[in-house]
Amino acid sequence: MKTQMLAAFAGLVLLLTSSTSHAEQSIEQIYGVYCVQCHGLQRNGTGVNLPSLSVKPRDHTDAKSMGDTSDDELTKAITEGGLAVNKSVLMPTWGQVLSEDQIKGLVKYLRQVCKCGT
Amino acid sequence: MKGLLLAVAGLTAAFLGSASAADQLDPSCSGCHALVKPTDTSLDRLLTRKGPDLWFAGSKFNKDWLVSWLQDPKPIRPAGYPYFKTIKKGDKNDVPDPSKITAHLKLNKADAEAAAEALMALKAPADLVPTGSFKGDPKGARMGALAFVKFRGCVACHQGENGEGGLSGPELTDAGTRLQPDFIAAYTADPQRFDPHIWMPTANLKDLDIQRLTAFLVQLGQGGK
Repeated sequence: MKTQMLAAFAGLVLLLTSSTSHAEQSIEQIYGVYCVQCHGLQRNGTGVNLPSLSVKPRDHTDAKSMGDTSDDELTKAITEGGLAVNKSVLMPTWGQVLSEDQIKGLVKYLRQVCKCGT
Repeated sequence: MKGLLLAVAGLTAAFLGSASAADQLDPSCSGCHALVKPTDTSLDRLLTRKGPDLWFAGSKFNKDWLVSWLQDPKPIRPAGYPYFKTIKKGDKNDVPDPSKITAHLKLNKADAEAAAEALMALKAPADLVPTGSFKGDPKGARMGALAFVKFRGCVACHQGENGEGGLSGPELTDAGTRLQPDFIAAYTADPQRFDPHIWMPTANLKDLDIQRLTAFLVQLGQGGK
């Protein structure tokens, strides 16, 4: 009985772990499709479009500047674009393309990338 | 009831029409391009497809351009397609990886003409590219150029005048010869209506902006302003 309980618990943990990593993988894919074009494969603002940009995109690995930016501001920047947070128009509005949950997921993902809290 | 029957008949005819137009194309086209509106609108589809959708090609492209391009297919997307699978880390920034960019099939003149004819039959529904989306006033082009480069930031992803601009979106240096004005206006207003999840943002532009941007783009590549 104890063994069965343990097996069931292990199964549940495995299920939860795999579903969490799948969710994270999708957010990473979303970052890879929409954000990488400017913020880059290394997430540090060196995307393929960089040479044409008059303002360097935010370095998402910069713990200092990202740490100084609240989750609310990141959410607003992604949803409504750079102008909404007094930044560059070159950061577009993604609120029509991404769902609220996806944007929440991106903010959470950015915290992992910068290794910084709010 | 009669109206409903007519509507169903009309839709069926439109569907069969586009399906038979798609059948005119070489099967190799459909290996990379959707020639009929896909039922799968998931992000996964966008991640796995090999080329842009062409089910509305007849409302998008100019036929002369298609005939010419199919015989000499120069890349339209400078960073490859989809860009996120064809770039690599570079010294200062990510760069296109030529080893991952596949050249488009080249057709002879007769085949290019036949393919262009079939592609032009793949019309978008009237409400997707409404006739008159671009009202045709060329005077907004100067303001459109400013919007493209400065106020709306299109240049971040698209090459415009003189080939200046970003690489992740299609180049627009010859937009006027390649694209139909109504398509430019309708697509710019809401790209996701054409292509769910596409990585071009919907910028909530006012119609005045759309008209100016379209006026600017239609004169690119036309050899004069």
